[in-house]
Amino acid sequence: MGVTRDHLGRPVVAITGMGVVSSLGQGIDDNWAALTAGRSGIHRITRFPTEHLRTTIAGTVDFIFPEEVRSPVLSERLAHLAADEAVAQAGIGSPGDFPGMLFMAVPPVELEWPARRDLFAAASSAEGDAYDRMIVRALQENDVDAYEFALYGCVADRIADSFGTRGSPVSLSTACASGASAIQLGVEAIRRGDTDAALVIGTDGSIHIEGLIRFQLLSALSTNNEDPTAASRPFSKNRDGFVMAEGAGALVLEDYDAARARGAKILGIMRGIAEKQDDFHRTRSTPDGSPVIAAIRQTLDDAGAGLDEVNYINAHGTSTPENDKMEALSLAAVFGEHIAGIPISSNKSMIGHTLTAAGAIEAVFSVKTILEGVIPPTINHDVPDPSIPLDVVPNVARAAPVSLVLSNSFGFGGQNACLLIGAEPA
Amino acid sequence: MSTAPADEIWITGIGLISSLGEGLDAHWQVMAEGADRAAPIDTTRFAPFPVYPMAPLELDKQIPRRADQRQMETWQRLGTYAAGLALDDSGLKGDLDRLSRMDMIVAAGGGERDLEVDGQILAGLAQGADETFLNERLINDLRPTLFLAQLSNLLAGNIAIVHKVTGSSRTFMGEESAGISAVEIAARRIRAGQGEVFLVGGAYNAERKDMLLSLALGHMLWQGGDVPVWARAASGNGGVVTGSVGAFLVIESRAHAEARGKRPHARLASVLSGRSRRKPGEARAVAERQLAELAPLLGSEPLAVVSGASGLAAPTLEERAFHEGLIADGRVAAVRAPQSWIGNSLETTFPAQVGLAALAVSRQGFYLPKGDAAIERPFDGAPRQVLTTSWGFWRGEGMALVEAVD
Repeated sequence: MGVTRDHLGRPVVAITGMGVVSSLGQGIDDNWAALTAGRSGIHRITRFPTEHLRTTIAGTVDFIFPEEVRSPVLSERLAHLAADEAVAQAGIGSPGDFPGMLFMAVPPVELEWPARRDLFAAASSAEGDAYDRMIVRALQENDVDAYEFALYGCVADRIADSFGTRGSPVSLSTACASGASAIQLGVEAIRRGDTDAALVIGTDGSIHIEGLIRFQLLSALSTNNEDPTAASRPFSKNRDGFVMAEGAGALVLEDYDAARARGAKILGIMRGIAEKQDDFHRTRSTPDGSPVIAAIRQTLDDAGAGLDEVNYINAHGTSTPENDKMEALSLAAVFGEHIAGIPISSNKSMIGHTLTAAGAIEAVFSVKTILEGVIPPTINHDVPDPSIPLDVVPNVARAAPVSLVLSNSFGFGGQNACLLIGAEPA
Repeated sequence: MSTAPADEIWITGIGLISSLGEGLDAHWQVMAEGADRAAPIDTTRFAPFPVYPMAPLELDKQIPRRADQRQMETWQRLGTYAAGLALDDSGLKGDLDRLSRMDMIVAAGGGERDLEVDGQILAGLAQGADETFLNERLINDLRPTLFLAQLSNLLAGNIAIVHKVTGSSRTFMGEESAGISAVEIAARRIRAGQGEVFLVGGAYNAERKDMLLSLALGHMLWQGGDVPVWARAASGNGGVVTGSVGAFLVIESRAHAEARGKRPHARLASVLSGRSRRKPGEARAVAERQLAELAPLLGSEPLAVVSGASGLAAPTLEERAFHEGLIADGRVAAVRAPQSWIGNSLETTFPAQVGLAALAVSRQGFYLPKGDAAIERPFDGAPRQVLTTSWGFWRGEGMALVEAVD
């Protein structure tokens, strides 16, 4: 733990490495080129049959594996690729020996239909129900991967092995806020002095038939299937739901002084974090936005930042009618008259909603926005919503100096997590 | 982690439900005084696997609104119920001001499936239905509420809705490791001033074939009767018996507890997580390191140990050898293995053990031996310090030291 302290006397947390994979491609350069060009990664689903589905589009990452694999296999691979890029950029440790802890947002896992189907088909027993038969079959098999990838700790365990992170890895889920929660856990650990470095990852490769149908049954998904690239329309009047997507974002967080001491290039500073649980409903926010408002205000307090210091907001901006209305209302409540002067955009207009990974991917893009001085647009913004009077950076990227970004992440189950990411110097 | 008085961490609330019964008295009466358990082991419903089922509960007592109960699946009801018991025990139930600042770390798995729907779909697929059959059946047969019951973080969400715990909310996943990290990170955050009062724990519903299927793939499960972990481990590869458990702890800074006039069950002196790849001897090496780290905190009396032994042969025999060495050195007096009583509850295992360790400290006694007398040696008197261990069935090495507060 070094000597540089923030306004509350805590160690300062630097970002020294970043990596990303999304439906737009692998690596920060490809993603950034696409994002700033306003290109969408959303396409028709080819991974599984889409008959009978109301939604037939997604931002699946199809360029890693040619065939459908188990979701946790894809999640692990996406995380690995993003973490490789982040660790290489940070230049920390040596291959397979990351000198810090691992905090990882991973999608919930279970046996999936192909595995169930295979077990049932191979079952010789006709006794009992389908599960009785599959259990008899399971006891005759010795498929370590099938077993381990159905464990919740497996993906992070394998990443911990590959990267040689220290201690027991933390796997976490706060639904669509998970990526931001992983970052928050890393920030807290460094502020406590528990570790000088943390590898934080959000990954999601979990688009499979049942997952899509579950969200469809909640009426959460866009059904604008005709032109997939135009389906995700955050903050537009004609928005009709989010588009499921896959990807991973990874960041190397470090104690600021430790990073300086080893000569690392500091990409940005994790200035503030906060989280506020909503108690209103399992999928809907408190109507007055108070938990979201509290989360944003606490984040500003945590950073010691004034309202006028925030000069870009990387919105959660899912493109659902509910989220975008609540987010706009809450931002207006917090920022008051300042809101008119703050550009706000949603990366999800181009990469879709990467669910567990979203908070981490969008944090990476937030840092990139600071570094490049270019704000990615909110694309598909052809029909503004008069009830959302925000500067959403419509359709075209904008050059603007950015020094402090608010990144929002909200999730089912009342999760509200925010990050304030600042430019170096701290 | 040091324990200067100024940054002591107190366990002020414990909510515990299992096959033994509901609440601290029930667990103490069965495990320490020899009373009958509320629900016997069930060896038929999930044959070939035995399961420790949940004791009968009156859900209305902790989840008053039926609408809330209907929105949850069993594991979430168990967790929300146990969380309510912990809040009652800590005196924080209904204290909306403090609850609004209470942070929550839940250790959770997820997904209870609709087995009937799965069975119908599998039968249809086996009869040669075309590829789109799966889509059609899922769209028609899945219940939207079931999805929310499958999301790991929706236990935390339900606790917020029912009990109004609305500080920060994190859900950790990953079997026993999740429970260890939940308690550890809560303690570290309190010590560092990153929160004053936490609700930490989890819930596991063992009475479900979908999870038994996943565990069966790893050949982890015991087949047979109600046998203590040491005897299971001595039989071939041994095996885990899963059990339905809900366990939540309220832990807070001493200052926060004293400011509201609350005395603790026990002090949480230290929590340590660890991980190995489980080659022979690796888990023991982690435990040796953890114990060495705790050494400065240990008093002169030999420790009482609440063990995380699962009955799976390799880790249980390794842990047993570790304890036998400590017994021979006079550093450990006696070992008890709660999984011989309530089974393994995956993510919930470790928070439940910390609760049982704190209960023993506060009741100034220890639990009855169950099985092998060579390791479950007699223990008379009041333990000042109780060590609890985790040797997870797959991963998850952990240790916590709980001690009496005078």
